[in-house]
Amino acid sequence: MTDPVLEVTNLSTHFPTRAGVIKAVDGVSFTVARRQIVGLVGESGSGKSITGFSILGLVDPPGHVASGSIRFNGEELTTKSAKDMRMIRGRRIAMIFQDPMMTLNPVLSIGTQMIETVRAHEKVSYAEARARSRDTLGLVGIASPEERLDAYPHQFSGGMRQRVAIAISLLHRPDLIIADEPTTALDVTIQSQILFEIKRLAQEFGMSLIWISHDLGVVATLAERVMVMYAGRIVEAGPVEDVLTYPAHPYTVGLMNAVPAAVPRGEPLRPIPGMAPSPLSRPLGCAFRDRCARATEICATEPAIALANAREWRCFHPHSWRAA
Amino acid sequence: MTVFVIRRLMQSMAVLLVTAFVVFLGVYAIGDPVEMLISPDASPAERAQVIASLGLDQPLWQQFFTFAWNAIHGDLGRSFVFNRPTISLIFERLPATLELTFTALVIALAIGIPLGLISGLKPNSKTDEAIMTGSILGFSLPSFWQGMMLIMIFSVWLGWLPSTGRGELGSFLGLQSSLFSIDGLTHLILPAVNLCLFKLALVIRLTRTGVRETMPLDFVKFARAKGISERRIVFVHVLKNILIPLITVIGMELGSMLAFAVVTETIFAWPGIGKLLIDSIMRLDRPVVVAYLLVIVSLFILINFVVDILYSLIDPRVRLGDAQ
Amino acid sequence: MSILASLRREDTLTGRLTMGILRSPKALVATLICLLLFATALAGPWLTPQNPYDLATLDILDAKLPPGEQSMSGLTFWLGTDGQGRDMLSAMVYGLRTSLGVGVFSGLVALMVGTVLGLVAAYFGGRIDTIIMRIVDLMLGLPTILVALMLLALLGQGVWKVIFALILVQWATFARAVRSAALVEKNKDYVEAAVTLGIGTPRILFGHLLPNCLPPLIVIGMLQVANAISAEATLSFLGIGLPITEPSLGLLIANGYQVLMSGEYWISVYPGLLLLLLVFSINMTGDRCREILNPRLGER
Repeated sequence: MTDPVLEVTNLSTHFPTRAGVIKAVDGVSFTVARRQIVGLVGESGSGKSITGFSILGLVDPPGHVASGSIRFNGEELTTKSAKDMRMIRGRRIAMIFQDPMMTLNPVLSIGTQMIETVRAHEKVSYAEARARSRDTLGLVGIASPEERLDAYPHQFSGGMRQRVAIAISLLHRPDLIIADEPTTALDVTIQSQILFEIKRLAQEFGMSLIWISHDLGVVATLAERVMVMYAGRIVEAGPVEDVLTYPAHPYTVGLMNAVPAAVPRGEPLRPIPGMAPSPLSRPLGCAFRDRCARATEICATEPAIALANAREWRCFHPHSWRAA
Repeated sequence: MTVFVIRRLMQSMAVLLVTAFVVFLGVYAIGDPVEMLISPDASPAERAQVIASLGLDQPLWQQFFTFAWNAIHGDLGRSFVFNRPTISLIFERLPATLELTFTALVIALAIGIPLGLISGLKPNSKTDEAIMTGSILGFSLPSFWQGMMLIMIFSVWLGWLPSTGRGELGSFLGLQSSLFSIDGLTHLILPAVNLCLFKLALVIRLTRTGVRETMPLDFVKFARAKGISERRIVFVHVLKNILIPLITVIGMELGSMLAFAVVTETIFAWPGIGKLLIDSIMRLDRPVVVAYLLVIVSLFILINFVVDILYSLIDPRVRLGDAQ
Repeated sequence: MSILASLRREDTLTGRLTMGILRSPKALVATLICLLLFATALAGPWLTPQNPYDLATLDILDAKLPPGEQSMSGLTFWLGTDGQGRDMLSAMVYGLRTSLGVGVFSGLVALMVGTVLGLVAAYFGGRIDTIIMRIVDLMLGLPTILVALMLLALLGQGVWKVIFALILVQWATFARAVRSAALVEKNKDYVEAAVTLGIGTPRILFGHLLPNCLPPLIVIGMLQVANAISAEATLSFLGIGLPITEPSLGLLIANGYQVLMSGEYWISVYPGLLLLLLVFSINMTGDRCREILNPRLGER
């Protein structure tokens, strides 16, 4: 097995505010292997998007990576200069955003926005950059790419815009693509198209993919490995099938019981009781314990990471688990 | 586009007609038109002749028709101070006003946009505070007093710059202007600074607000994720978005600058139409006032037209002809 | 004590404004200067060393004295005298009274006219709204100074004519702001509830819609008063504003314009500085209020 593309160790990203420090990401560790598709699942505010932005070095100030290490292709990213990070972004690590209506600049043509991406990283002629942009646009399934280069974002539908954004992320054939809920803002029919398009392209170009989503169902069809985040931490991780068949962490169980497709017909959905703790006043110990039916005294202390068969969880009282 | 131009022209004619009617009512129908239009020292014979030639014995609507008919043929009456057609009086002086307004606008943009960018990119910093306080000061400085202080400091005390007149005109491409001679430029500096200061403050604020509203948008973050340099993000991605509201407001403000030139021209004895207007009001030279108003309204319409075209050039979402 | 307590409450409008201003030293200074100038204007005649428009107290021999000189009768002219031997300091206090009076009065009337029309436009909508807003757009499209200039050229000079002209050029700004604030409010459920409960139209307009229009009105009101003071000064300077019998700061500055070149700077510099201070401090206060009341930009 070759080295992993990405190795995140003990990553913490903090946002100082007047009321105190928000620990949006709080000691997260994971690795992404080459050609691997990893799903990062959690509800909004769990820190999954911030994890993605932390890897790219794009956390909005005053937020910052407080501690931990991010190794990409063996290189440490947290200590890199802004200029070096810029050379990695878009070239070696690309990102696809959630809302395709907002990610493209409305007043610049598609061509301009693609060509500038090519030329930001490679000294190529305008014509060459344009040719590559056109080809990549064709690759993601956009008809008559030559003419579409001169079009503006408002002339595209939401799904088409997301295809353009995907094309932009592919321009340099990156090693890693971070996709932050790229299908959430789209119609259901278009969602699955985009989903499989990305999967196909990732496999075709041998890219690794981190798919950030709140939707376990989407991750199940796409990813090999899943990580479940809650309150800034990864509470469970493992091969998708194992985790979804025999979830260990009560939060994962709760998530699955709240997904319509995962619950047998006729059985009621069971939403998780209570609300996620305020990021400013997270309880010590397991952050989920106030909402957890299995919680006991011991949950007030920090649960260690339990490891077994490529799976891991942070819980004192896991559900019975085994490999699928 | 053609549809747009035709519709626009028809609207403009309607606006001009309404203006002409209001002006006509104001100047010709309120008060005694004979007293207003004939110099007080005219002989009775002259009076009778003028009354007949103006058709003042006709009903009101017919008088207006005659007035409008003459106006269409470029005849806006004669000044009785200069005893010359008002329209040629105005067109003689129009270049001086246009050159003053244009220079002031260029200064306001050339200084205002960079300051606004600096302020908006580092909101709430010391520099931002200083620039914003400065812009409030710019709003608060009464234009005429500020002009007087400019004269006092730079002409009377320091003796660096001339205080009155337009100076020697240079010629370039057949155009006669103060812009094309050294002497003319030294005469132009103080009036242009005087006229621009208020708009400068406005441009700073608009740019700053634009930057602050645009920077948090997703497409800026996406551009960063593509590895685009910060400089290109600010000067291409953000600036082009800001130009849209900026151009709209500047189009409106250009009109108000033309009007405010009245004050500047009075202080600096700048031989433009503003000074002509004030002189004419003082000497009760009503035909000149009427002609000035009609010319200014025509200019406003022209400016609006140009702004709409600029708008469609910068914002791809705006398509002329689709408008309403 | 209860007034003080209510000022400290962050949930009332006055409380928010007071606390917001207290938190910014710059705005606090500006507000204090504003208040001081208002007080000076109100107490004017009791403060000044002479009544500058009582010809009996003037002595032509005192004309154009530089600042700090003493008059024949031993009175010190701290800011010098003008061409008629008038104490500049006293003239300025009287000018301040006129300038502030004209500015505040025209601003208040324009506020009332604009508020009523804006509320009516928002509440009734349809044709009434269209007509009112067309006129508003027209007024806002025309340069203030030009409209006022033309109006005064037609009407002639006079305090009430200037005030009328200033109201005419200002009301539209208020009307537009009130309309947009009221439209937001009108679509909320409680207004509908009030209508179904049979509450009368005026009651809904002024009792329910108006309070929600107050934040933008406060801000625009201040900025407009500053504008009006500036506009009046400009018109007076151009010689078509206030008559010579009602000298505002603008007129004082205009008087000094003729002698500026010959070095008697104080005649126009000091009234100008006072005018600047007045307009600037009102604008600074208004700007701070805008920051406090506009939650979109937040407060840091």
